[in-house]
Amino acid sequence: MRRFSWINATSLTLGFAFLYLPMLILIVYSFNASKLVTVWAGFSTRWYGELLRNDAFLGAAWVTLKVAVLSSTLATILGTMAAHVLVRGGRFAGRTLFSGMIYAPLVMPEVITGLSLLLLFIGIGLDRGIVTIVLAHTTFSMCYVSVVVSSRLVSFDRALEEAALDLGCTPFQAFRLVTLPIIAPAVISGWLLAFTLSLDDLVIASFVTGPSATTLPMKIWSSVRLGVSPEINALSTLLIGIVTLGVITASLVSKRAIASRQRDEQAAQQT
Amino acid sequence: MRRLAVIALPYLWLLALFLVPFVIVLKISLSDTAIAIPPYTPILDLSAGWDGLRDFVADLDFENFAFLATDDLYWKAYLSSLRIAFVATVLTLLVGYPVAYAMARAEESWRPLLLMLVILPFWTSFLIRVYSWMGILSQEGYLNQLLMGLGLIDQPLTILNTNAAVYIGIVYTYLPFMILPIYATLEKLDTSLLEAAEDLGCSRMSAFWLVTVPLSVPGILAGCFLVFIPVIGEFVIPSLLGGSETLMIGKVLWEEFFSNRDWPVASAVAVILLLILIVPIVLFQRNEQKQREAGG
Repeated sequence: MRRFSWINATSLTLGFAFLYLPMLILIVYSFNASKLVTVWAGFSTRWYGELLRNDAFLGAAWVTLKVAVLSSTLATILGTMAAHVLVRGGRFAGRTLFSGMIYAPLVMPEVITGLSLLLLFIGIGLDRGIVTIVLAHTTFSMCYVSVVVSSRLVSFDRALEEAALDLGCTPFQAFRLVTLPIIAPAVISGWLLAFTLSLDDLVIASFVTGPSATTLPMKIWSSVRLGVSPEINALSTLLIGIVTLGVITASLVSKRAIASRQRDEQAAQQT
Repeated sequence: MRRLAVIALPYLWLLALFLVPFVIVLKISLSDTAIAIPPYTPILDLSAGWDGLRDFVADLDFENFAFLATDDLYWKAYLSSLRIAFVATVLTLLVGYPVAYAMARAEESWRPLLLMLVILPFWTSFLIRVYSWMGILSQEGYLNQLLMGLGLIDQPLTILNTNAAVYIGIVYTYLPFMILPIYATLEKLDTSLLEAAEDLGCSRMSAFWLVTVPLSVPGILAGCFLVFIPVIGEFVIPSLLGGSETLMIGKVLWEEFFSNRDWPVASAVAVILLLILIVPIVLFQRNEQKQREAGG
């Protein structure tokens, strides 16, 4: 590519500084010894220690983790099925409604989703707690999963599935033995996306939860409303670290998977 | 049989947990507030059979919507949400376009890393990213410390709890949604078109305005919708960074529900918000459809 001017270099530098400086400041000040968050008083890991002794935060983290694992797994199963229906399902009654229901939750304001689900749960008399949060999270994250998976299914050579069917596979076997291994990277990134969406959600969980279940974002929210706190800085740093590690690992693993698949495909073509 | 199950399971799930809840919201928006559990009336009593259903329908009315129309808090909140969303979208475009442009012009070997750097904040908690600005923008915050240390100002600026902080928060959190679609269109752009324009006597500047910008319009539109639509209903950013002057409908709905416990009015607020959102959502899906067809 020709000419990379100083204007482009400046906009990249400024753009990424804007994206990363606030988080960097947060991380640096989580190691601040002072209780006054904006005054630097030397390096300390004091707030991490306090955080680990705080049972309320640990309890909320445990609830959040349970909700995220359950809802992202359910969402991945339902979302992959939905993607299969959208891309391979052909025509059936109510198809337009179905694709509308897949895409609408992606742009729906969280306050509306939260309110409407809560009114449903109360209407059918379901006890509010972990179960209702899992149901709510599964519903919106399955839509994200199905968008991710269907973009992979669209670019996938259908002849491979047809060959498997011709060779005597049942449709389910063809899916399990041929389709699933090929779309696996998309299914995994769909699961990761659903997992982080669930980990991150404040508004919908606040609507649909009951007194028995408090998630980590709800805990952070009630503390953050009172102002900046060093404990929250430490917690944020931990979360940022975990997510960064996860994203980098996932991208390395998927890069390796793509490379090995390309090698296999080339080898298959040569024989 | 299996095929039917594969269609039916996600279909029924979405019907039960996405569509039916909206019908309930619509129904409650037509009900009256009551001091009861749940706090509204009438409640559909199916055991009373046909008469129960008739009484139920007869008790519904548009009282809550009339209330929304007479109390100017609500329509001011809708208008102010639309205005804040519009201004914030323009600001995000102004910040995002140069970054997307520079990414598309960068060395090919650099691009995956740059793309990763744009996507990474998207995976990090939204709440934490908004929160990180509270320490920067407050009276004794890092920005004021820096500006006063440099001698640029002698009185701390009040930024936190104003609309300015809300704009900063929105631009910051929604920037990846603007950069990614614009980058996608700019990356596909055929640079020989620019060379042709320059050969024909265009200056670099006018080639940019006459060739690059028009060809990136689908990406610009997609980015703008991805920012504009969710920002209208935004709750976290105005609550943490905004002040008393910041009026946004997502916050009004939240307070109507959690503080006033007025479920019918909260439902009516949600119904109107949904009606407002239908237009941009339809335009957005049409834009996506057009791009899919053009992209093949």
